Amino acid sequence: MEPFKKLKGIVTLLDLPNVDTDQIIPKQFLKRIERTGFGEFLFYDWRFIDGVELNPDFEMNAPRYRGATILVTRANFGCGSSREHAPWALLDYGFRCVIAPSFADIFYNNCFKNGILPVRLIEEEVETIFQRVREAPGYQLNIDLEKKKITSDDGLNFRIEIDDFRRYLLLNGLDDIGLTLQHEQKISAYEKTHSEIAPAPIG
Amino acid sequence: MTPKTMFEKIWEAHVVHEEAGKPSLIYIDRHLVHEVTSPQAFEGLRLAGLRVRRPELTFATMDHNVPTTDRSLPIEDAISKRQMETLSQNCKAFGVTLFDLNNPQQGIVHVIGPELGLTLPGATLVCGDSHTSTHGAFGALAFGIGTSEVEHVLATQCLLQDRPRTFLIEVNGRRPYGVEAKDIILSIIGRIGTGGGTGCVIEFGGGTVRALSMEERMTVCNMSIEGGARAGMIAPDEKTFDYLRSRRYAPKAFDAAVARWEKLPTDPGAQFDRRLKIDAASLSPQVTWGTNPGQVAAVDGRVPNPMDLSDPNDRKSAERALEYMGLRPGTPITEIPIERVFIGSCTNSRIEDLRRVARFVKGRRVASKVYAMIVPGSQPVKKKAEEEGLDRIFKEAGFDWRESGCSMCLGMNPDTLRPGERCASTSNRNFEGRQGKGGRTHLVSPIMAAAAAVEGRFVDVRRYELKED
Ligand code: SF4
Repeated sequence: MEPFKKLKGIVTLLDLPNVDTDQIIPKQFLKRIERTGFGEFLFYDWRFIDGVELNPDFEMNAPRYRGATILVTRANFGCGSSREHAPWALLDYGFRCVIAPSFADIFYNNCFKNGILPVRLIEEEVETIFQRVREAPGYQLNIDLEKKKITSDDGLNFRIEIDDFRRYLLLNGLDDIGLTLQHEQKISAYEKTHSEIAPAPIG
Repeated sequence: MTPKTMFEKIWEAHVVHEEAGKPSLIYIDRHLVHEVTSPQAFEGLRLAGLRVRRPELTFATMDHNVPTTDRSLPIEDAISKRQMETLSQNCKAFGVTLFDLNNPQQGIVHVIGPELGLTLPGATLVCGDSHTSTHGAFGALAFGIGTSEVEHVLATQCLLQDRPRTFLIEVNGRRPYGVEAKDIILSIIGRIGTGGGTGCVIEFGGGTVRALSMEERMTVCNMSIEGGARAGMIAPDEKTFDYLRSRRYAPKAFDAAVARWEKLPTDPGAQFDRRLKIDAASLSPQVTWGTNPGQVAAVDGRVPNPMDLSDPNDRKSAERALEYMGLRPGTPITEIPIERVFIGSCTNSRIEDLRRVARFVKGRRVASKVYAMIVPGSQPVKKKAEEEGLDRIFKEAGFDWRESGCSMCLGMNPDTLRPGERCASTSNRNFEGRQGKGGRTHLVSPIMAAAAAVEGRFVDVRRYELKED
């Protein structure tokens, strides 16, 4: 996994609360057996008209947002299905950071496992970013995970609230499996002493 | 000793490793796997040169994109076929038991887990599907996980989890006629909102919940995730034990297991982070009008006016939902016509659901302009329904009777809505495009769906009689 330390990038907006993973990546695109190639189907039903033409009414499609790496959106982003295809699609499309007032739990977790930084900011801060982005085409933010700060050239300065462990994993591009396997002895010991909780099924 | 909640007892019994400021490493007793969220996980294992740590605790089925038509025909969708073949190969290579398309136990993962006795009180259970919360009906701690976590559990039999907060929802009082388990949970989600349970494990308690059958409890826990919760759970009792007693994979030393399970329920005086009380007598049959399960109204109510909502986010959401759903504010719910009916999904496709539907439709007919389908949750449910003659009742009434699978719950297989089509559905999600691009989904209980099929619009089932068996 690619480490996440600093990011300076164009911000794009999705002005809707409760965006569910069915919208992030509709189910007809879940049939791949690889992790890549989902980006072109991101927000498919909103981005395209009849699957071909770019929908001019979908804000993200405007040329001013081209090349964006930061997505700013509203509350409860990523609710619904647990599909990890949602962060895969966001990443494949080019997003490394998503900012919202709140996220659904599973989605929030899934982001970290794929090198995407989800940032919770309070509603007012998110609203401020929305306004600034709308006023200034090509608006950029600086995300500094080491310093836990989001700043901009026009003086924004927000703190990133994130638990230290997750930050550490992201900064170092570490994956959970490797870390857990370091506890192999503890796992084996647990298995010896707790086998009666749910005995291994015998058919 | 400090009194503990059921969640705390189960959590603490599963902690393998804990460190301040890090998620806990908890042990997983059962891992259920399906074709859509597993291929990349197995691939990850292969690339890392890892094996499945406890294949004997891992079980797989095919449900999400399987066709529900004649199983003897070849599968037309080449990509679905590839996903199913990939699962077969992976299960073979890693030694995982698979209930494939032609297996007599095949079905929706959250229907067959309990049927097979894989779901147990006090156990931790995970699956790469958010509705894994269903299994909490047995007093298990059951989470939906993403594909990276599927890989993590395959490799380590453990999961890294932040300790969730606890939320007790107590439902007491007499449940009125026509109010189903589905209406209880839809009302709760309507009240707490789709993000209301975020970060929490919900325990459902109270007399009304205790009076629910196992099937009904599964319906309630199934939709906990739609209230944003990590999991839902209900204390195990005699009904739980009776349900599990003779199941294929239930513990062989069953009485000893029961003695352990009896200690699981929350101790009197235990503290929850949050509590909510619901009076069952005040509930009515529910119909969703919008594009998330919290956008719901009583059947004798009306489509709301977004202008009446005080929260600007809710207002925006409602405006957009009404536009997508093609509904006008103020329309009585019972004046909404429907053209499709879907009875199925891991929320409502078990034998009891089908029996109640049969009691309603017996001697009635599906309205001529309506196409209605019933998709049993598993092959055992299908077989049981056919033994009881329910399939004949359904077919005589004009329903299409299918093979088991997720089907139009998510429309990954050929069962989908066409743009603009309006459907009364017993499933759990009414998101835009969930049942087919442009399709309009209204979530309801099985009886409400059956009644809508007969009348071609939503009707108040409290005004109708059920036929005796
Ligand atoms: S029936 Fe629907 S909700 Fe349930 S497991 Fe299948 S797709 Fe998921």
